[in-house]
Amino acid sequence: MLNSSLLQLGAALRSKKISSVELTQLYLQRITALNSKLNAYITVNEEMSLVQARAADVQLTQSKTHALTGIPIAQKDIFCARDWRTTCGSKMLSNFIAPYDAHVIEQFNSVGAVNLGKTNMDEFAMGSSNETSYFGHVKNPWNNNAVPGGSSGGSAAAVSAHLCAAATGTDTGGSIRQPAALCGISGLKPTYGVVSRYGMIAFASSLDQAGPMARSAEDLALLLNVMAGFDERDSTSLQRDTEDYTRDLNKPLNGLRIGLPKEFFAAGLSADVAQAIEASIAEYKKLGASVVDISLPNSHLSIPVYYVLAPAEASSNLSRYDGVRYGYRTPEYTNLADMYEKSRAQGFGEEVKRRIMIGTYVLSHGYYDAYYLQAQKIRRLIAQDFVEAFKQCDVIMGPTTPTTAFNLAEKNDDPVQMYLSDTYTIAVNLAGLPGMSIPAGFGSNGLPVGLQIIGNYFDEARMLNVAHQYQQVTDWHTSTPQHIEV
Amino acid sequence: MSLSINDVYKVARLARLGMTEQEAQTAHAQLLNIFGLIAEMQAVDTNGIAPMSHAQDISQRLREDVVTEHNQRELFQAAAPQVKEGLYLVPQVIE
Repeated sequence: MLNSSLLQLGAALRSKKISSVELTQLYLQRITALNSKLNAYITVNEEMSLVQARAADVQLTQSKTHALTGIPIAQKDIFCARDWRTTCGSKMLSNFIAPYDAHVIEQFNSVGAVNLGKTNMDEFAMGSSNETSYFGHVKNPWNNNAVPGGSSGGSAAAVSAHLCAAATGTDTGGSIRQPAALCGISGLKPTYGVVSRYGMIAFASSLDQAGPMARSAEDLALLLNVMAGFDERDSTSLQRDTEDYTRDLNKPLNGLRIGLPKEFFAAGLSADVAQAIEASIAEYKKLGASVVDISLPNSHLSIPVYYVLAPAEASSNLSRYDGVRYGYRTPEYTNLADMYEKSRAQGFGEEVKRRIMIGTYVLSHGYYDAYYLQAQKIRRLIAQDFVEAFKQCDVIMGPTTPTTAFNLAEKNDDPVQMYLSDTYTIAVNLAGLPGMSIPAGFGSNGLPVGLQIIGNYFDEARMLNVAHQYQQVTDWHTSTPQHIEV
Repeated sequence: MSLSINDVYKVARLARLGMTEQEAQTAHAQLLNIFGLIAEMQAVDTNGIAPMSHAQDISQRLREDVVTEHNQRELFQAAAPQVKEGLYLVPQVIE
């Protein structure tokens, strides 16, 4: 049962081979057994999950059901879910019970999916290793000394260790794709504006985008069908016709042109990852694809630009945490300013404070043009590189990360080294393009390698087709970590 | 880039982040490193390039000026650190 695809689970539920309550309990038992080791979940609420599962079982006896009715989904703890503790991985929100549902949560509720719990994450989604969480680091199911990646590390570990049928994540600079790669699962960041940000706790609003994390491209397509859609309450949500993201899964890849950016295969890429990526490109050639050499000449500027824009937007978004209306308030203070300063100093962790400092500085008087405006201009140059590239190819491929999962604490003392681990993913967020990562083999240390697939705007259905066809002829995505019995 | 320790204190004050001397010194060293990374951006010629904030370059939508939210004060105040008679309590700000 645990190795089933979402379609198979749905069929089992509809044919009464298993009930949603039984399936939910199966996962809850696994979480009880394994979460103390992996720390993938921050909050589990058996009773609330089972209430939804019981309702789904009733729904499943009726004629009108959805592909995901009754299926237990783990939600990244960045999504507000009514009556659920929603912490965003922070002490600041460690006691926050959300009074409303995020759009993504509403969408899953509306089809009768079960919220299985809230997954661990880097604090306010700021991190690439899940080590900045107030609730402790997540361990990589493939090797407990390695990081799961971040910031959606809890979701990635939960999918990888079969602690849920599928999960949600968010991606501001790589936070779906990088942990998906490091934990050996599939993850998709849609085009910016496709999934509503309403009720998704804000980090960098012009970059944040939610997406699905699962074991296969087919599962991702089913999840995206539920998550995507216009929402008036997000001012950047795009008004578009509804799409069926599964529609192209079975198309052959004959004639597909794959662009390989030379910048993604240059110095800094470890040999074992390069080898796995080259092997997967060779597989694509067998499927009828051809390869085009392309260049993204401004991609080396992605990290500098990102570390101006994201902290600037974060410093503004996080100014709302003042210890007055919700969130942590320091127990002792002398006046209002002292209360603000102590509440924020005690409520935020080191990485979050660092980014607030960077952001406040680059937005402060006299520096706006030199930093924020300059970064926004280079952002356009980076986006234009992709426009040019997509004149020559249909999708772009490369590694998701320069190495397989690094060890816990390895990059903790050096923020700059940590930032560089997102070197291949950030440009996609800056351009607002869709990007995904799928399992593409293993590195020399036996840890998973992720193949990144970047599509043109709104080309998610094609990317899912490209990923699905690869998963029909390879079995990397069905590999399960040792010691994780299923 | 010449970020001084005094700049660190100033920025911390602007951001309402309390900071000890030790913390400020650590932050200073780390921020210098990070701004070293960012510096690469400064040399790029961006004359005539329009800043980009959204990939689709959409403008903000307008909506009808009608009530969309109803009063949920008690629900929302349940999450507040300190409330009294429907009001948020903060230290005295006016003498």
